[in-house]
Amino acid sequence: MANEILTVDGLKAYYQMNYYGVQREVRAVDDITMSIKRNEVYGIAGESSSGKTSFIKVLAAAMRPPFRVVAGSVKYDFKGHPIDVATASDKQIEAVRWKHLSYIMQGSMSVLNPVRRIGKTFEDFAAKPLGLSGDAFKQRVIGHLDRLKLSPDVLRAYPHELSGGMRQRVTIGLATVCHPEFIIADEPTTALDVVVQKEVLSLIRDIQKEMGASVVFVTHDMSVHANVADRVGIIYAGRLVEEGPTREMFFAPKHPYTAHLVASLPRIGDTAQRPALEGRPPSLASPPAGCRFHPRCPLAVDKCKTEVPPMETVGKDHRTACWRWKDVEPLVAPHASHGVMV
Amino acid sequence: MSTLLDINNVSKQFTMGGLLSRKLVNAVEGASFSLSVEKPEIFTIIGESGSGKTTLARMILGLELPSNGTISFRGKTVSAKVSRAERLEFMANVQPVFQNPFEAFNPLKRIDRYLESTARRFLKLRDRSELDRAMDGALQKVGLSLAEVKGRYPHEMSGGQLQRAAIARALIPSPPLLIADEPVSMVDASLRMSIVNLLKSLRDDLKVSVIYITHDLATAYYISNRIIIMQRGRIVEMGDARTVLDNPEHPYSRLLKASVLSTEDAGDGKLATDREMVSRANGLVGVAGRLVDRPDGRSVRVYEGAS
Repeated sequence: MANEILTVDGLKAYYQMNYYGVQREVRAVDDITMSIKRNEVYGIAGESSSGKTSFIKVLAAAMRPPFRVVAGSVKYDFKGHPIDVATASDKQIEAVRWKHLSYIMQGSMSVLNPVRRIGKTFEDFAAKPLGLSGDAFKQRVIGHLDRLKLSPDVLRAYPHELSGGMRQRVTIGLATVCHPEFIIADEPTTALDVVVQKEVLSLIRDIQKEMGASVVFVTHDMSVHANVADRVGIIYAGRLVEEGPTREMFFAPKHPYTAHLVASLPRIGDTAQRPALEGRPPSLASPPAGCRFHPRCPLAVDKCKTEVPPMETVGKDHRTACWRWKDVEPLVAPHASHGVMV
Repeated sequence: MSTLLDINNVSKQFTMGGLLSRKLVNAVEGASFSLSVEKPEIFTIIGESGSGKTTLARMILGLELPSNGTISFRGKTVSAKVSRAERLEFMANVQPVFQNPFEAFNPLKRIDRYLESTARRFLKLRDRSELDRAMDGALQKVGLSLAEVKGRYPHEMSGGQLQRAAIARALIPSPPLLIADEPVSMVDASLRMSIVNLLKSLRDDLKVSVIYITHDLATAYYISNRIIIMQRGRIVEMGDARTVLDNPEHPYSRLLKASVLSTEDAGDGKLATDREMVSRANGLVGVAGRLVDRPDGRSVRVYEGAS
């Protein structure tokens, strides 16, 4: 069995609209090639409207018109169920959903049905993929909740009776009760307080280690990636601009956008003026020519305005799409007690 | 030294439940602090959701009446029971900036109309060119211009621009005090620093005091002069931001600091929370205790009998 569980090749997925003969295209995912290994936590970072949620929709096989895959493939290598979700039929996707491929969604209040007890919601989600019912199912769910440090009482509760952190743990429970091989987590901690956030993150990490699943972790908060991800990929305006091992991304970034994201994080114990990036993310309906980051890039040269930089390998597992990656300097020196890894 | 804003032993209770199962919730208990006119500063209120930080802000804005204690602004008590003229005068001096700029603005109303109505009301301007000058002046202060904003709807601007426009609107009457309730929590990472740096320059260049409400300790450390940390309605620690955050003393403050995700060991996957720390911090919720001054200028809540 190959080491990669997911291989995305040349994926292009656009929102295509056709109003009264006027064609309009939003290139939300434009030529992304990447792969995710088994038992790996892969972080995806990007701002809102960078196309990261659209990319996740393709990975989760949740495309709905007008959003569709235009080119490329998204191949999963599940045990006994290899599937290309870019072309698979609804029925084929139904067979892998929850059991192999699952999704922790953002905003736990809107995921859980407010007028249904948590136990019923578990039945709705998981009874069919697990093929269990009655007491056997209940025992399985209780056993799983115990692992998430939730008492069986939550099964009788309604969502509004639980705190935000508990609700988020319930949604993690829903996504992991079938022991999936691949979990997509879309901003699972954005709405949570710092103390709860840390608990939920370590829970996701523990569950992942225990089950040996791969996790794609999406958030715009780089400090979350620093603590959770094994590798981080940065999406800017529909393209993957850099990916690499977490440590290298933080201490030796090779793309000016990554360098900026890392540098703009404030830290306790440091009051030096932080730079702010000028400009705004480009519109995906009419992205700039050449490198899409060039209007905001401090290193931009004429070549960047006309030619799209190719993805280059710059180290082990480390790739970047920048014409001037050799000139990218980390804007913040790593903490004194840590050696620089270059 | 004259005081700009004085919060004196303020408490707020909410009742929950019906007639038979009535329960009192103490949202804020015995909060006291004051800001001075001469020294503009960024005063940060930190706490989790449910800690009462937003209730405190709403009381300062006069949107909520304190159950006990007084809030006075330039010597006058803030309360909703005043004449319209007095209320307007107060509003010209204390302006809010809210959390989510996309929700703060009506999507069907152009941004410049908000700016214009604020200028009309507080500056009593009627003349077109004067109005434009006032609007442009406020927008220039936040790094935008009237030409960029005029005629645009909220969805046509990025979150960062919109939040800056919201701050520009608040700046039109040149208020000495801004109340910013989590102004960066909904803004993207790459734009967050531009808002935080803007608050800093408002203090340094325009001498505006800012009450900055947040749960993000890192930005608080970056911009604040003074800080209060709230836990379930009580102030547990207050003092100079650097002193408090470099070396927090109260168990809850320590827990908050320990929960900040550090990027210094990026990739090591260190996430364990100290269980003991959490239970120590939570164990103090129901105990009253009292604030005690320390020699380094901070005050910490201490509990008699408990270690």
